[in-house]
Amino acid sequence: MQTATVTQAETWISVGRIEDIPRQGARVVTTSTGDIAVFRTADDEVFALRDKCPHKGGPLSQGIVHGKRVACPMHDWKISLETGLAAAPDEGCAKRFPVRVVNGMVELSLASGSGCADH
Amino acid sequence: MDMTPPPVPKLKLVMVGNGMAGVRTLEELLKAAPGLYDIAVFGDEPHPNYNRIMLSPVLAGEQTLEQIVLNSRDWYAEHGITLHTGSKVVKIDRRQRSVEAQDGTRAPYDRLLLATGSKPFMLPVPGADLPGVIGFRDIADVEAMIRAASEYRHAVVIGGGLLGLEAANGLMSRGMEVTVVHLGAWLLDRQLDEPAARLLQQNLEAKGLKFLLQKQTASLLPSAQGRVGAVQFRDGETVPADLVVMAVGIRPNTELAESAGLHCNRGLVVNDTMQTYDPRIYAVGECVSHRGTAYGLVAPLFEQAKVCANHLAEHGVARYVGSMTSTKLKVTGIDLFSAGDFAGGEGTESLVYSDAAAGSYKKLVLKDNRLVGACIYGDTLDGAWYFDLLREGTDVSQLRKTILFGQSHLGDSGHGSADRVAALPDTAEICGCNGVCKGDIVNAIRAKKLFTLEEVRAHTKASASCGSCTGLVEALLAHTVGGDYSAAPSKKPLCGCTEHSHDEVRAAIAGHGLKTMADTMRFLEWKTPDGCAKCRPALNYYLLCAWPNEYRDDAQSRFINERAHGNIQKDGSFSVVPRMWGGLTNPRELRAIADVAEKFKVPEMKVTGGQRIDLFGVRKEDLPAMWKDLSEAGFVSGHAYGKALRTVKTCVGSRWCRFGTRDSTGLGIKLEQMTWGSWMPHKYKLAVSGCPRNCAEATIKDFGVVCVDSGYELHVGGNGGIKVRVTDLLCKVETEEQVMETCAAFTQLYREEAHYLERTAPWVERVGLAHIQAKVVDNATNRKALAERFLASQKPAQIDPWKARSEGEAHHEFTPLAEIV
Ligand code: SRM
Ligand SMILES: Cc1cc2nc3c(=O)[nH]c(=O)nc-3n(C[C@H](O)[C@H](O)[C@H](O)COP(=O)(O)OP(=O)(O)OC[C@H]3O[C@@H](n4cnc5c(N)ncnc54)[C@H](O)[C@@H]3O)c2cc1C
Ligand code: SF4
Ligand code: FES
Repeated sequence: MQTATVTQAETWISVGRIEDIPRQGARVVTTSTGDIAVFRTADDEVFALRDKCPHKGGPLSQGIVHGKRVACPMHDWKISLETGLAAAPDEGCAKRFPVRVVNGMVELSLASGSGCADH
Repeated sequence: MDMTPPPVPKLKLVMVGNGMAGVRTLEELLKAAPGLYDIAVFGDEPHPNYNRIMLSPVLAGEQTLEQIVLNSRDWYAEHGITLHTGSKVVKIDRRQRSVEAQDGTRAPYDRLLLATGSKPFMLPVPGADLPGVIGFRDIADVEAMIRAASEYRHAVVIGGGLLGLEAANGLMSRGMEVTVVHLGAWLLDRQLDEPAARLLQQNLEAKGLKFLLQKQTASLLPSAQGRVGAVQFRDGETVPADLVVMAVGIRPNTELAESAGLHCNRGLVVNDTMQTYDPRIYAVGECVSHRGTAYGLVAPLFEQAKVCANHLAEHGVARYVGSMTSTKLKVTGIDLFSAGDFAGGEGTESLVYSDAAAGSYKKLVLKDNRLVGACIYGDTLDGAWYFDLLREGTDVSQLRKTILFGQSHLGDSGHGSADRVAALPDTAEICGCNGVCKGDIVNAIRAKKLFTLEEVRAHTKASASCGSCTGLVEALLAHTVGGDYSAAPSKKPLCGCTEHSHDEVRAAIAGHGLKTMADTMRFLEWKTPDGCAKCRPALNYYLLCAWPNEYRDDAQSRFINERAHGNIQKDGSFSVVPRMWGGLTNPRELRAIADVAEKFKVPEMKVTGGQRIDLFGVRKEDLPAMWKDLSEAGFVSGHAYGKALRTVKTCVGSRWCRFGTRDSTGLGIKLEQMTWGSWMPHKYKLAVSGCPRNCAEATIKDFGVVCVDSGYELHVGGNGGIKVRVTDLLCKVETEEQVMETCAAFTQLYREEAHYLERTAPWVERVGLAHIQAKVVDNATNRKALAERFLASQKPAQIDPWKARSEGEAHHEFTPLAEIV
């Protein structure tokens, strides 16, 4: 497990190796503002979402990852990893965080960039 | 310099016929492959797509035309579809690949979809072309009927089928005097047997309709004004008629297709992919003849639409193999239902319930212990249930005595007393799990134009959880939308990722030696790259069951509870339930549990309904350390979280009880030691009671043993829970060894045959007790083989997952990837 200190919100923070996250799975990165789920799809794309389902706050990191979606373990809403949006007809959105893989290392940014607000 | 490449021109799709089947195909296509086509639609009616089924309630004044529009003009615009209404296509140029409408509009196509529906059959009698003689098919017909009702008095409907009766009922509620003329000996002779039809006729006569049966129309006579004035029959009799509605049947509308030289034979002929003889031309709906059948109800047409869309979307995997249909009549206050071979005949037997005074009649036709037909008049709430039994080919021998009284008689908690959903107030709660009221469901069905149970589930969540209110939701759907929208497809695919059913998938895994999930998905042409949360756990189980020694369990295809070996709680913490063999414990074990609870500051402990102790509110990170302590004290996982063997409940039995006939506690422990650790299609519970007082509640377990003086009664297929089901007696045996062997064999049969997430109770009901007895009781060789397979698969399964994880397995599951401070 890595421990890192952030000084600037925009910086990329290295959080671990891509192999540390199971394919079709997720790992949690804890932060002072709440947990972030970092997902790895079957074809090794990575995504990061606030680890809180827009429905009733279920931990998305514990869900089943399929395609570019995760099924929340609590009541089975399907959340898009790309947009953080719940699949219709459910409505809601989990905050997204920028994440990338550089030389096999997963880098996360806490920049309050894209997608919807935290809830 | 602009470097963006020129956009690739989209394929052009033209649809002719803007009706229910065609537009449903477009909707499915837009879901499956949005943006693949430029779409143009031609419809010769001046309206956007509307719900033709609801023309009957519109005629009866129960709904308005605005209410039955399914796709507004905005819908077409939103999806970029060019809509030509009031535009009849008269020519298809298959060489140039374009169509031409009567007004000269032309449209080129890459693919053409024909969905031209059907036309009412007009009897070719003299006078059939007089003004005032119409069919009952579209809005124009309804408008003509409403106009006639305001000006004239006498209406004659020719044809006593569903459509004719609905027309007659509507005209009567608009104030006309209506006579229904029918050639057959009784009404609805294609849907009902004579006794049921007589009840119906009485009921309709009481409402004011007149009937002339076994009458053949000879000609229509004009009035002084040149409009139709009377109907004359073969026997010379006449009746006055200012309006004649012909409802004697429909003919597939294949005029356009035939003019283009497409092969037609009582309908435009298509193959299982809904393709006509011209590979660029597809067809769906009533205009189609599929394997020699042309359907006239929406449920099968919607199935066709789905398959057709799959091919237009170039997924190319779906096949339409035909449908089984059921019918209802949409006349308020009259309930009838019919499906399958209701007439019976050679080799069948009929169960009949008849109470003419109460206006209630039910006939069920059985063949080889399966339901093959049903015809119900009066209380039709159970229609959906019978239809299900029929389609699934369920063995109903166990239900014989009660089947006539319906499912409510079986005590389904979500069904029972609420016989009349129609009478419930809007505030009545239908779905207890999700707090959904009748009003919410009805509004959603109306506002969002929902057709199927699946759609109602998605939009309202009603019946999406435990499912016990499914019957009520289906009844609400039927009451709200009329027709038989809710009729599910004839074959249930495992999930949206495949066309294959559970049984087909299992057969392919075993028959073709498929040993990985990827191979299975490839072989069966899965539509998604890596499945979904529904099929992956099922496939994982099926593979594990088929190849216990070779298949590598896929943790990522397991629900979190099974992946983390604990029950996830509403706050994200977990519960820990150590196994307590047969519920037996001692001070040392209790002390060890107490120590663990204190050490890990467990907020709450409880004795479970399964005779063991639950530690609640454990943080995920603490699980491996806690399991380590428990494991050192000799505990293994209780699998309280899994589709697996859960508990074996026992009573004290002969060890202490003054009534005990045998050592039920000891036998329970042996059974638990044999079965623990095995993965199942659903949770699986055992119990052993020491005498017929049955203190361990063995007769509501998946496998229950009741010890008696002369041996052991073995009971199967019970459960408590949502819908309590008492077990069936499988057999009686004399020795503990026989109990063990039969238990292993029954368990393995269930593991090998049931659908994933099907508990023993519904499985036993589906396949029938006789089937299970034949394999487990009567055939000793097969019993031994099953038991051996079970024990062999237990070898790799009985590795305590807790111990393994406390020693570091799946370490990543329990620790964060990183901490950012
Ligand atoms: C802990 C316990 C209640 C208790 O405090 O006593 C319990 C707790 C839960 N039960 Fe149960 N059931 C418990 C005994 C029962 C019993 C009694 C029994 O086994 O004799 C029944 C009725 C008997 C039966 O299963 O036939 C029972 C019928 C259900 C059902 C309905 C099953 C059905 O087929 O209708 C569910 C829902 C399901 O499985 O889909 C359920 C589901 C659940 C879940 C797993 C709900 C969930 O998905 O989170 C609960 C988990 C709580 C947790 O986090 O630990 N629980 N549950 C019991 C654990 C027993 C054990 O030691 O393993
Ligand atoms: C009064 C009534 C009640 C019914 N009740 C029920 C019920 O309770 N349950 C049930 O399941 N089914 C019921 N049905 C049947 C159901 O409505 C039909 O099965 C369904 O509408 C058929 O769909 P379709 O798309 O094949 O044809 P349609 O819905 O008829 O659509 C075909 C369309 O194509 C147009 N068209 C034809 N030729 C051309 C051309 N050359 N150019 C342009 N446009 C053309 C037609 O004008 C029509 O609009 C009922 C039907 C009626 C009339
Ligand atoms: S009955 Fe079972 S599932 Fe329902 S709340 Fe109690 S423990 Fe949970
Ligand atoms: S909390 Fe995620 S679906 Fe309910």
